[in-house]
Parts: sequence; structure tokens; C-alpha cells
Amino acid sequence: MMYATRTRRARPEPFALRPGIAERLGLPYMDPALGLAALGLVAFGVFTLGQATQHDVPGSPGYFVDRQAIYAILGLVGMYLLARIDYSRFRELRVGIYTFLCVSVSLVFVFGFAARGSRRAFDLPFFSFQPSELGKLLLVLALAGFVIDGARRGSARQRTVRYLCLGLAPAALVFLQPDLGTALVYVAITLAVMYVGGVRWTHFAVIGAALVALVAIVLVIAPAVGAPVLKEYQQQRLTSFANPSGDPSDAGYQQNQAKIAIGHGGTTGQGDRATQTRLDFVPERHTDFIFAVIGERYGFLGAAFVLSLYALLVWRALRIVTLSKNSYGTLVAGGIAAMLLFQVFVNVGMNLGIMPITGIPLPLLSYGGSSVLATLLAVGVLQSIHMQARLSQKGRFAW
Amino acid sequence: MYRRSDELGPEMSNRLALRIAIFGSVALALFAVLFFRLWFLQVLNGEKYVAEANNNRTREFRVSAPRGEILDRNGRILVSNRTSLALQVNPRKLPANPRQRRAELERLAELIHSSLPRVRRTIREEQKVAAGAPVTLRRDVGNYLVYYLQENQNRFPGVSVERVFVRRYPHGTLAAHILGNEGEISEEQLKEPAYRGLEPGDKIGQDGIEYTYDRYLRGSPGIKRVQVNALGQPTRNGQLSSRAPVPGDNLKLSIDTRVQEAGEAALAARGLPGGFVTMDVRSGELLGLGSFPTFDPAELTPPLTQAQVNELYRDPVLAPLTDRAISGLYPTGSTFKLITALAALESGTITPGTSIFDGGSLTVGGESFQNAGGAAYGSLTLAPALQVSSDVFFYTLGLDMWDTGDLQHWAHKLGIGRPSGLDLPGAAEGLLPTQKWRNDLYKAGETERPWSAGDNIQLATGQGDLQSNPLQMAIAYATVANGGTVVTPHVGLQVDDAAGRVLREFDPKPRRQVRFKAESAEVILAGLHAAAQAPGGTSYAVFGGFPVDVAGKTGTAQRVGHADQSWYVVLAPYPNPRIVTAVTIEEGGFGAESAAPAALQILEAYFGKHSSGESGPNGGSPG
Repeated sequence: MMYATRTRRARPEPFALRPGIAERLGLPYMDPALGLAALGLVAFGVFTLGQATQHDVPGSPGYFVDRQAIYAILGLVGMYLLARIDYSRFRELRVGIYTFLCVSVSLVFVFGFAARGSRRAFDLPFFSFQPSELGKLLLVLALAGFVIDGARRGSARQRTVRYLCLGLAPAALVFLQPDLGTALVYVAITLAVMYVGGVRWTHFAVIGAALVALVAIVLVIAPAVGAPVLKEYQQQRLTSFANPSGDPSDAGYQQNQAKIAIGHGGTTGQGDRATQTRLDFVPERHTDFIFAVIGERYGFLGAAFVLSLYALLVWRALRIVTLSKNSYGTLVAGGIAAMLLFQVFVNVGMNLGIMPITGIPLPLLSYGGSSVLATLLAVGVLQSIHMQARLSQKGRFAW
Repeated sequence: MYRRSDELGPEMSNRLALRIAIFGSVALALFAVLFFRLWFLQVLNGEKYVAEANNNRTREFRVSAPRGEILDRNGRILVSNRTSLALQVNPRKLPANPRQRRAELERLAELIHSSLPRVRRTIREEQKVAAGAPVTLRRDVGNYLVYYLQENQNRFPGVSVERVFVRRYPHGTLAAHILGNEGEISEEQLKEPAYRGLEPGDKIGQDGIEYTYDRYLRGSPGIKRVQVNALGQPTRNGQLSSRAPVPGDNLKLSIDTRVQEAGEAALAARGLPGGFVTMDVRSGELLGLGSFPTFDPAELTPPLTQAQVNELYRDPVLAPLTDRAISGLYPTGSTFKLITALAALESGTITPGTSIFDGGSLTVGGESFQNAGGAAYGSLTLAPALQVSSDVFFYTLGLDMWDTGDLQHWAHKLGIGRPSGLDLPGAAEGLLPTQKWRNDLYKAGETERPWSAGDNIQLATGQGDLQSNPLQMAIAYATVANGGTVVTPHVGLQVDDAAGRVLREFDPKPRRQVRFKAESAEVILAGLHAAAQAPGGTSYAVFGGFPVDVAGKTGTAQRVGHADQSWYVVLAPYPNPRIVTAVTIEEGGFGAESAAPAALQILEAYFGKHSSGESGPNGGSPG
């Protein structure tokens, strides 16, 4: 709470300020800690990516970092613009947003290009775009709207089933791409919005039981009767973290290598003497296993710093949940907080060998323009909620 | 806990506040788990993972050392090395999945213009010899294959092109039986103490001189530790440390290439299986040692084709790998008479002046032993008997000594039927028939009769059960010629390091000393000299015109189921011989017919002098 104390003292009193340039930009109404955490993570991510991938594409050391930087800048601009918009408008647009979400993740089946056996992204001129990443934010915005809207309609049980269906439909579409990781994020978002939206504990207990049964069916019973729901590699990834092996063709190998790389970093890191993440021992090091790169290069100090920034991000998001001027903001902020927390925990946990491999990127750090853009926009929405709360306290509104 | 007094948020119900509090607690717990796990991996167990990471990124490569060169006594190169690009497969690094494995081997077979079954068989056979060692599929592959494999390394895991040292034989088949060959160490050999520290895939001398002097020739492999990436490919500037390979030391042989070439050419000219030995009578240094038919040692470098294997190993008659000079088992014919003569003189059976009447045959117990060719030489003393090679004279000596054991005693002393101490593998002991030997066999029921005078009469002329070879005969002649020193025959002379410094000289001690009267040797050598170079001598037709005085004895051995085997053993120069040459030619007829001319060729090469016209291979009296 030290930080909070400092912010309180440092924050300018909006009432006393003459409208200066900062005032006109709306900066005093934003959450500086949230902004700095996001900015710090993006900067650190681009920096790490630059170091880790400079030899990946022969003759083009900046191949990955340039693309990532362009998306980061786009994302930061988008974040600012979203912050200046009253997020409450999204509540009115919920049906449109939801439709757009479902259509865009479906269009991938038609127009998307395949990467490693799954269709996830559009190949637009100059860049590719993965709609399911932006879909995370869209799902939060739409679902929160449905929850607010339907709060008075139907019985509690009907509402719960409705929310579940609304959330799980896009999750199912993404799962079929197939993209198990993102689908799981959608599920987490759905449950979080429902949770903050006040769905009963008993309902959650039932959902929980259903989930356990589903996992049992998917992982144990379905393959046993010869009707597997998951692809073989997905199944392997999900279960192999429990028994890693040395076989490179084995999914457990990746995880073991990531663990070795992180352990190799020690307290202060190996810097340019990093070997595991530099010499291809760790697969997908610029995407899913970027945290292993950080762990090996910058050691415990660097990795803990990154984790701290994420903790700060999630904490500020939860704080905004409580600050919001309306219930819609509360639900949206809750959904975004859950989205960030879930992705960070699953991805870092996967790098540390305590979570299965699900292909969930590390927000703001993993290479992937769509993911960085979507996450920065989500932060922009959080800023918007914060700003509206501040302005409403002051009795003024954004233009 | 989320609200501050100065902020006015929406009215939050207590229920929502509780839910957010729980949410926060869960977030806190999850981050705590991540922090703790991170701390556990990096701070608590950092050491362990540093070790694992180093193990991950470094590989040790053995860098094979070139074997030492082998030179003749004048420094001419007999065996050197060349580098060759060998296509190797490491079976342990092939895909474990049978389908992928098969697909890769199929691609590989296509690449080297072979077939899948052949590649598989090669791998299987090599693995039987040395499990776990890389299998060489093809030698001397071109650079294009190297580039192709480098570009497609991911399609050929476990396949590599290695720069290896291969033995080079500038003189082709020359001295093949002496040189032997190198080959990959087998699983059994790995367990032997002599090969401690070697690993599967390392090469050692497998036969001949390469085998005997392996520890000097072998050198020691270097170790290269390099940093590799996850595919096991060395990274740029990734060399971490290295120990340079130490080349093997050079070995100088006592072989004289001129003598060796002459001997092999002499045998090859006759086109019959046979062997020859030329030895320094005082030191036991072998100047030449050869056998016909021979083989090309370069062909013994795997991978062999099936046809080559058949030619080298399977033909029981020609048996080109057999060194007939040291492992032949033959009766020696009349060349044995030198031993009979010495035994008779030293046992007091006769004196140099004792006359024995040669009436053309000797009848003992109803069995008649006749001179070859039906000749009768009348009354003879020892020297003339040797000159004309009177069988009846020596039959009589055999009869006189038939149950005294004197003949066997002296033959044994001179090295017949016993190991010689030669520094090459594969030498045969042979067999010296004795009274006890036959009587024991008789008691065991393995032969139909006990020892009789006839056995000894046969032995006295190098017939019957006797089994010997040119090397043993050369040793026996050398012993008589040098005054009683039974030398240790050897090929290895000295070991030099790469800079030419002498590291070790080989001068093996004589096996033993044999004491006999100097007069006995003089009389015998005089008889042999007359046999070679006095008119009427058995090999006068061959050696009569040779400008160097020699003492030589023909032999014509009868072998059951074979035509007569031709023998010749010659000491030169007479009367103080420096060298002895023994030649045998299977089915070569009379001694003077083929073995003596072959021996003459060798002596001509040794002395650098040629025989004048008087003699020729056409002559030849029964030996």
C-alpha cells in the first residue's frame, strides 16, 4: 500500500487545476500506476524480444521486434483513445459487439490461413490478424452488457444458463479452430463476469462439478472409448506436465527445457551468456515461452520484476472494479482483471512447470500483434472506467 | 478494503465487496505461487539447473588420431594414412519410431545408390561387432553429399559425414600378410585390459603387425567439447575446449622392400600357393616374409562387398589370408637332413668320416625305403651325402636313432614343432613326431600302430608326420650357421615419434643357446655348399652360376593327396652366412624345380648380383 499512499499525495487535485495540457489530455483522471505497468511490460517485452530473436531470421535481426513494436505503438494509441471514450456506450452496443465477435472468429474458418494445423488468423496485407485475441475484450464488453441487461429477467437459474450459453458459444467456436488456450480464456472470462455479476454460489458449485466431469470425460473417458475430443498433441500437452521426459518429440520435453532455462538464470541471470533460450533448446521462445527467456537472461530479479508488474496490473484492475461509477464498469473491469490474471498465471505457470501447456500467450510480452493490441485496448477500457469514475466524482463528463 | 474514504464509488453492496475481496485473495494466492515457484527454481535450485543447462548445450566429440606409419628398414613407407569422407550412421540417434526410421533409411539408401535391405544388413552386422558405434555405410563420399546432408540435416538425424583416417598402402599388396589391417574395436576387445580407455568405433590393429604393435601405432584420440544447439549442431564459435589427438608413433620394420618384392614376385611367378622367409641369421630380423596367394589390405577396410568377403575368407584352398610362411603345416622333405645330420654327429651315431653304403634302398622289417629317382650313390660320408641328398644315408641314420630320441631331441632344440616367439599373430607350432607322441596316440586308440623304426626313418628325411613351415626351417638353419643361437624372429625394428626420434628399439633376446661342435656345423655347411654350387649337387643347376658362395638344401616333400611340395633353404654367403632364406611351394615338384629358383631370385635381390648363365630353372635333380 506504499504505492497507493504515494499516489494519493502526488495526484493533483482536479478541482484546483487550471486546464493545462495534461488536463486537456485527460491524464489527471487516468490511473498512472496502471498505465505505467502496461507501458513497462510492453517496453520490457519488446526489449527482450529484440535480444532473444536477433539471430532468428537470418539477415533481418529486427524481424520480430519491428513488428511487435508497430503493434505496441498502435495498441498504445488505441489504449489512449479508448480511455477517452465512455465505456458505457459499449453496453448499448452489446448485441453488435457480440455478433461481430461470433462472426469474426467464424470467418477464420473461411478466410483464415493455417499455421501449424490450425486456422486462427486472417492474412491481411502487411500483417495478419487473429480475431480471437480481440475477441477476449469483446466478450467481456458484450457479456457484461448482457448480464446487466438481463439482471431483472428470468429466474436466477435461467439467467445463469443464459450467461453460460452466451459465453461458451464463442469459446466453442475458438476451440474448433482449434485453439484450446484461447477457448479456456473465454471460459475464464465468462465465469469471472458471472461471478462479479452475482451468480449464486450454488450455481457455481454445479458448474464446478460439471467442469470436473467434463475434464474427466475429455481426458480420460473419451480417449478410452475411442472418441477423442482433443487432438493428440493437445491431450499430450495437457497431461505431460505431470511427467516430463527427455524425448524431444514429447510435449513434456518443451516444459522441461523451459524449466532448465529458467533455473539456469539463477538469481541475476545469464544475460548474453544465456544458452538454453538462445540455442533453440526452448521451443516457441518468442511466444509461449518468452518468460523462460526472461528467466534465463535476467534471472530471478528480472523475472520477479516482470511478475510484480503483472501483480500491479491485476491489482489496479481489481481496484478499478471497486471504483467504477456503474455496475457495467464493475463487470467489465472484473472480466478484464480475470482475463489478465488467468493468462498470466497459466502462461507463467506453464513456463515454471506447474501448469499444462495450453498455448496461452503472456499478455503484452509474447510475440503476437493481435494479443498485444487486444491487451492494450483492454487496459484502455480499464482507464476509461477509471476516468469516468473520477469525472463523475467531479461532476463533469468527458467530451 | 478496496475503498478509500476520499473516493466516492457507486454504492457497493456488501455481497459484491465480499466477492471482490475473494477475487483479490485468489489473485494474491496465485501470484504467491508463481513467486515461490520462481524463487524455488532460480534461487534454491539454480545450481542444479546450471549443471543441466551445461549438459544440454555441450557435446563431446572424439577426434580420431591418425595411426603411425609403417616403414621398411630403409625408411620406405609401407603404410601411411589418407583422409577420407565417410558416411556414417549412428543407430542410437535414428528415430525411435519404426516408420520414420524406415523412411529415413530408405532416403539414405537412395542417396548412396544402395537398397534398404543392404543398408539394414550392414547396420545389423556392424552392430553385432561393436554395438553402439557409428556404422560406416560408405567411404570416400563426394563433397556434394556433404553439402546435401548439411542442408537436409533435419531429414537425416543420426547421419553424418566424418573425416576419417584410412590406411594407405603405396605398394599395394606388398607385405600384406605382415602388415595386417586395422578395424573397429569389437565388443570382446573392449573388455580386454590392453584396450582400456577405448570406445566403440575406435580403430585398432586387428591383424599382423598392426595388431602386435598396436599400442605404439594407435595414438590417442582427441576430445573436442563444443557448444551445440537443440538439434545437436555445433554453434558458431562454439568450441569450448579441446584436446588435440596424438598421432601414433611410426614403426620401422626389419623388412627390406627389395627382398620382399623379390620373394613375392618369385612366388607369384610360379603361380602356386607357397611361402618364403628371409632372415638375418644372427639377429632374427626378418628381411622378407611372404605368402602366395596374397590379398589387398586396403580391401579389408569395411564396408566390404560380399564378393570380396568370399574371396578373402571363404576359399579353403587358396586361403589368401593365410600366411603360409609362418602358419603352413607341411612336411619339409630333404631340407630336414641338416637336422638329422647334426643329431647324428652330436649324438655320436656317426663322425664326419663315417661311411655308409647307399645301395639305392634300405629295407627295414620287410619295408623298403628307396632313394628318389631310383639312384644309388655307393659308399658315402656325410658331406657328399648332403651334396647328392642320398636318402638311404639318412634313412640309415634314422634307423640308427629310431629309439634313442636323439633326432627329436635336436629337432626340438632347433625349434621344430614349437613356438618361435615371432612378433606376428597366427604362427603355427607344427608337429614334431616323437616315440612318446605316437605311442600315446596308439594307447588312446587313435592310430593303428605304435612308434616304429619306419617313423624315424621317415622323419630323418623330413617325411611322415612332420609338420613344419619355412620360418621354423629358417630358424633351424640359422642356428647351425650362427654357432648355436636360436634367434627370436621378428619384424618390428624400432618405434620413432613423428619427429623421427627413436623411442624404442626391438632386439628380442635369443630363445636359447644350443651347444654343438663347431666341426659339425662346418661339415654340414660344406655339404650344403657342395649341394648348391659343386657339380653333382642337387641345386647346382640353379646356384652353380651365382657369384656369391651359398649353402643350400633342396627338399621334395610328399603330401598325401597332393603333388610333391618343393622346398629350398639356403644360407649365404658361405662360409659365414648372414642370411637364411627358406622357400616352399605347394605342388611345386622337386626342390630344385621351383623353390630353389625362387630362393635364387631372393638372393639376387639381396646381394644385388645376378646368376651367370650356367644355371637355370630347367635343371633339377631329385632332392
